Amino acid sequence: MNKPFAITLDVGSSLANKTGSWRTERPVYVDRLPPCNHACPAGENIQQWLFHAEEGNYEAAWRQIMKDNPMPAVMGRVCYHTCEGACNRAKLDKPVGIHAIERFLGDLAIAEKWNVNVEAKASGKSVLVVGAGPSGLAAAYHLALLGHAVTIREAGPFAGGMMRFGIPKYRLPREVLDAEIQRIVDLGVKIELNTRVDDLDAVLATHRFDAVFLAVGAHLAKRAYIPAGDASKILDAVSLLRGMETGEQPLLGRRVLVYGGGNTAMDAARSAKRLGATETIVVYRRTREKMPAHDFEVQEAMEEGIMFKWLSTIKSESGGTFTVEKMKLDDKGKPQPTGEYEEMQADSLVLALGQDVDLSFLGKLKGLSINDGVVQVDSNMMTGCKGVFAGGDMVPAERTVTVAVGHGKKAARCIDAYLKNSVYAPPPKHELAVFDALNSWYYSDAPATVQPMLDLARRESTFEEVVGGLDQSNALFEARRCLSCGNCFECDNCFGVCPDNAVIKLGQGKRYAFNYDYCKGCSLCANECPCGAIKMVPETI
Amino acid sequence: MTGASRVKFYQTGTFTVGNRLLDVSVRSVQSDADRNNSLNSGHRACQGCGEALGARYALDAAMRAVNGRLVVANATGCLEVFSTPYPESSWRVAWLHSLFANAAAVGTGMAAAMKVKGRKDVRVIAQGGDGGTVDIGFACLSGMFERDDDVLYICYDNEAYMNTGIQRSSATPAAARTMTTPAAGQEPGNVFGQGKNVPLIAMAHGIPYVATASVADLRDLEYKVGRAMAIHGARYLHVHVPCPLGWGCDTGDTLKVARLAAESGLFPIFEAEAGEVTGRRTIRRRVPVEDYLKMQSRFAHLFSPKRDERRIAMIQAIADRNIRRFGLLDKSEQGAHP
Amino acid sequence: MLKQCEGSIAIAEAVALCRPEVICAYPITPQTHIVEGLGLLVKSGKLSNCEYINVESEFAAMSVAIGASACGARAYTATASQGILYMAEAVYNASGLGLPIVMTVGNRSIGAPINIWNDHTDSMALRDAGWIQLFAENNQEATDLHIQAFKLAEELSVPVMVCVDGFILTHAYERVDVPEQSKVDAFLPPYEPRQVVDPDEPVTIGAMVGPEAFMEVRYLAHHKQMQALERIPQLAEEFRRVFGRASGGLLHTYHTEDAETVIVALGSVNGTIKDVIDQMRAEGVKIGSVSLCSFRPFPTAALHAAIGHAKRVVTIEKSLSVGIGGNVSHNLRMALQGRDTKVSTVIAGLGGRAITQTSLRKVFTRAIQDTLEPLSFMDLNTAVINRQLERERVTRRTGPAAEAILRDIGTMAARVS
Ligand SMILES: Cc1cc2nc3c(=O)[nH]c(=O)nc-3n(C[C@H](O)[C@H](O)[C@H](O)COP(=O)(O)OP(=O)(O)OC[C@H]3O[C@@H](n4cnc5c(N)ncnc54)[C@H](O)[C@@H]3O)c2cc1C
Ligand SMILES: Cc1ncc(C[n+]2csc(CCOP(=O)(O)OP(=O)(O)O)c2C)c(N)n1
Ligand code: SF4
Ligand SMILES: [Mg+2]
Repeated sequence: MNKPFAITLDVGSSLANKTGSWRTERPVYVDRLPPCNHACPAGENIQQWLFHAEEGNYEAAWRQIMKDNPMPAVMGRVCYHTCEGACNRAKLDKPVGIHAIERFLGDLAIAEKWNVNVEAKASGKSVLVVGAGPSGLAAAYHLALLGHAVTIREAGPFAGGMMRFGIPKYRLPREVLDAEIQRIVDLGVKIELNTRVDDLDAVLATHRFDAVFLAVGAHLAKRAYIPAGDASKILDAVSLLRGMETGEQPLLGRRVLVYGGGNTAMDAARSAKRLGATETIVVYRRTREKMPAHDFEVQEAMEEGIMFKWLSTIKSESGGTFTVEKMKLDDKGKPQPTGEYEEMQADSLVLALGQDVDLSFLGKLKGLSINDGVVQVDSNMMTGCKGVFAGGDMVPAERTVTVAVGHGKKAARCIDAYLKNSVYAPPPKHELAVFDALNSWYYSDAPATVQPMLDLARRESTFEEVVGGLDQSNALFEARRCLSCGNCFECDNCFGVCPDNAVIKLGQGKRYAFNYDYCKGCSLCANECPCGAIKMVPETI
Repeated sequence: MTGASRVKFYQTGTFTVGNRLLDVSVRSVQSDADRNNSLNSGHRACQGCGEALGARYALDAAMRAVNGRLVVANATGCLEVFSTPYPESSWRVAWLHSLFANAAAVGTGMAAAMKVKGRKDVRVIAQGGDGGTVDIGFACLSGMFERDDDVLYICYDNEAYMNTGIQRSSATPAAARTMTTPAAGQEPGNVFGQGKNVPLIAMAHGIPYVATASVADLRDLEYKVGRAMAIHGARYLHVHVPCPLGWGCDTGDTLKVARLAAESGLFPIFEAEAGEVTGRRTIRRRVPVEDYLKMQSRFAHLFSPKRDERRIAMIQAIADRNIRRFGLLDKSEQGAHP
Repeated sequence: MLKQCEGSIAIAEAVALCRPEVICAYPITPQTHIVEGLGLLVKSGKLSNCEYINVESEFAAMSVAIGASACGARAYTATASQGILYMAEAVYNASGLGLPIVMTVGNRSIGAPINIWNDHTDSMALRDAGWIQLFAENNQEATDLHIQAFKLAEELSVPVMVCVDGFILTHAYERVDVPEQSKVDAFLPPYEPRQVVDPDEPVTIGAMVGPEAFMEVRYLAHHKQMQALERIPQLAEEFRRVFGRASGGLLHTYHTEDAETVIVALGSVNGTIKDVIDQMRAEGVKIGSVSLCSFRPFPTAALHAAIGHAKRVVTIEKSLSVGIGGNVSHNLRMALQGRDTKVSTVIAGLGGRAITQTSLRKVFTRAIQDTLEPLSFMDLNTAVINRQLERERVTRRTGPAAEAILRDIGTMAARVS
């Protein structure tokens, strides 16, 4: 076409006009730290594995978890999911049921026999791990993946630590635990059972290990002084729970008192019920609100008919009669004796007052520092003794499986660095993806999925798992409730809302790039990014 | 994945432009890396211009709907001026600008030409700003409707004559400050007239399709363009496109302010066939008009130096009336599109 | 085919012979019969493959034509008077975009006071709109000019206005030779647009042009008209060869070769002028006339050749450039540069006032006597004017002048449309 001068123009010719020069601020893509990841003691990249799960790509999701945590099926059941407490979705409706999805993925992996392989070259270094609880197992797993030879020495007859000797079956079926431990063993980790380390110095003197990771947990039950006529009526929760596992089933009788207010008390009480007690009463010196046990555990216990006696301390026992003193909370919320007493009949009393660490095997290890009954470690999980690291319940931290697993992972990385004569430097943390950084308009309304529960009759009499898992479709639904806080999930909003077509879509999985030739810096993309993955920064001239 | 195919929940659903979880066939036009970009980069619209965005949304959708067989007539106004200053054009469609008032008639002529040339596949869109549509171009628009000419007319409503520097049009809302309705005197800003609802007037012509849409709801907009292009005869689409400059809001708040217009009920989004309302976009998270007004300096005089309770209430009443009239809270009748 | 018919019908048939593809119709006297005629031709199927659109205004008529023409359709409309002013913006736009639209103007005065009768004020109002303006002397020429107009317009990509005196031609029954379709087809090829809005080859038409190129765009429009100066006589010649008669061209001369006095006019009044010249020639007066067929482009050179030798030139003009006088004479002076030819402007026939042979003869005679003023108003009732001026001098609130004058002369308009 012979175009008339000036009046008629070529299509698209405005590309010659670089409007990027108008800009005073430029958008940049950022990855912010999702609050769930931030809260996860095991350092899982939750948002990332949910991203895969959202697509139904469960194996990729599971593999993402496995980068940080070798036991998703266990974790999905027993983790107290601080991630969910931090989840931004809670501000819209209910947090994402992260644990339920994790459990689904873990179970699926077991069913599908998904495995991980050691890809690293053998380093020629060997590491001793003391204790096959979650912390020791996690450390062994990561160390093995890094190419190191690992030997675990475990005092007990099975691996698993408190996951096996503490957490009852109805919360953590043993085949699940076994399967996930087996996967670690399959990596070449040697577990020597019934091999208590009594004197670490001696062991280290006879065997050449390049490093040691201590993870012996806290197994010594704390006792309260209760004058009793028949001491055999009083036992501790740890022994009770451990006994069920080793077959030394204790006789509790029909009426059982459990003394304490933590999760262990709940497990002991609920186990007692399942062992045939007709009445189980938890005696606790403060109120329900002050109880350290998680709300859901108290709730489930109550559903199962466990009774509670608040604001009470047990003073003495005589002939099956327990004397109980009423307590009163003072201004600071501390329980104070009132001098009022009452009597309770019971066949046995289970003490669930917490555990101490058995440090006897450490002897006079050089440089070791112990404080408050726990072993002190530096920021690299190393004890005062060079090459000896420690984690889990035996170091100062919250005592949970998740923390223990996180310690195991971190210790493995530090040990790896130590073995290479360097110091582990964690990657820098991104800015936190707070709720205000999101544009929540874009997320569909979606109520949280409820996991199925075993019917009550079976809960009261068997050790079958109480809480059911999700199936494929509700796991997917639940995963899709994730807001992907702070991390691009390729929703195309920036690509779509730019009035200047200054966002380039790089293709699936490759995210986007800005075309600063045309970006005028209006910040629409940043404001309309649902997950807060775009930031405006001042232009420098 | 069996689970994936059964689950009908997609994280952001169709609220976001794209969604990797949706089947490709139901994804938006704008999410397509190969979309037409009917309005190309390098145009001179202000930062965050809603009109530039709305025009690309609408024309890209139309281009997809008619397989690229499209010609466009454009009225004078920002859209025309910022897209075609010699020697550069931002259009990637066959496009003609004639005058301010005649886009609808030019569209009629184009449609007539295509018909007489036997080019049945080529479809016509005429488009303009609110001034070019509801004021000066109104006669041509009505004529085109009345004859039922095969033209889709798209009005990009930014609620004033923006290109000439923000003067009042008959689409300017009550109380809004413009350069010809200054924030001065006893009743600062635009008068509370009776309003001029051109979509309803279009419906009164009994034309096959009338709809309103907003840049804040892309999927709805694209659906409506698609629907319109599937129909022959005179069609009208009225798209709400905030103008950050004229409204006095942040350049990054264009979509937010458009969203609040819809969520407050001030800009009702509905569609009508043959003169009957057949669908409405219901309000998802209702907000008081105040939330919307406060974002824009053109309404600043309603809040300072003293709150103008009376007139804020009058504006709320307008929103409430829209909500009643169009059933904007009636969740039972949500649009059929995803 | 020779037939006795109304001018409008002959024009309608001529337009139909050109196979227009889009026709926009809007009524205004005196062009109405043309679009009505076309409407009948389309509706009856005689003119097929044509979209006949009843628009809602002249502005829309031109706008629809613009859209159609830009998409490659041959587009036509007709108007007059108030209508052409109502579409004025689009008239300029059509030429600015270089769209070869053909429009008939049934020339009529412009109000207020509203008046339906013939003069040239309407076409003159848009003489600078960039359109070619051809004036028909009679209905045969009106018919033929339309056929030439389409060819000229499309070749140069410029719109053409065919100006036909309202009532005098549009409503006159005359014998007209309406050409045969085959000949028209032979003369006028199908429209092949210079640029077109087309999804197959998309372009942006109608850009905003700033100071850096606007002058050039305008100059190119002028240049097109200069090209038309060459093409118009050639087309008239081609037309003569095909149809066997002379029609169109830049101008028609009548006894100008030896004329000392030359009368110049546009349109149908030339017939009356020629009658008077015949009479005066018979009496031995060296007088001749020029009928300007093309007013835009203005045929300066051709006019110079025709009248350069004359002692005096008198323009008979049906429009008044209020405040200065004549439009034609004003333009004509360009053709007489370097000459001391005396030019007198006679404003005549405004609002349909009859231009009689007697009055013309009086004017010509005074011109020859060199007593004709540079600007005069034919048959002006000075008594009425003086009385009105007197009233205005005495009282401020005299009311509208037109009504006062009507009252004064004791008639009321019989029909106003
Ligand atoms: C009843 C109960 C329920 C619990 N429920 C939960 C829950 O639901 N969720 C949660 O997150 N946490 C729970 N916990 C806490 C959690 O189990 C512990 O925090 C966690 O297991 C600590 O892991 P660890 O590896 O440090 O130690 P442990 O799990 O205690 O493992 C230490 C291991 O080291 C072995 N060992 C000890 N000494 C030696 C030695 N000298 N030589 C060799 N081996 C040795 C032990 O036999 C044991 O297997 C619960 C705890 C209890 C008691
Ligand atoms: C006949 C005519 N009158 C006035 C103008 C001046 N003018 C050009 S654009 C414009 C404003 C356009 O307003 P609108 O149609 O709402 O479009 P916007 O610029 O707001 O997108 C005006 C008044 C014109 N070009 N033509
Ligand atoms: S929404 Fe998803 S990414 Fe964000 S905190 Fe919750 S689980 Fe994590
Ligand atoms: Mg506007």
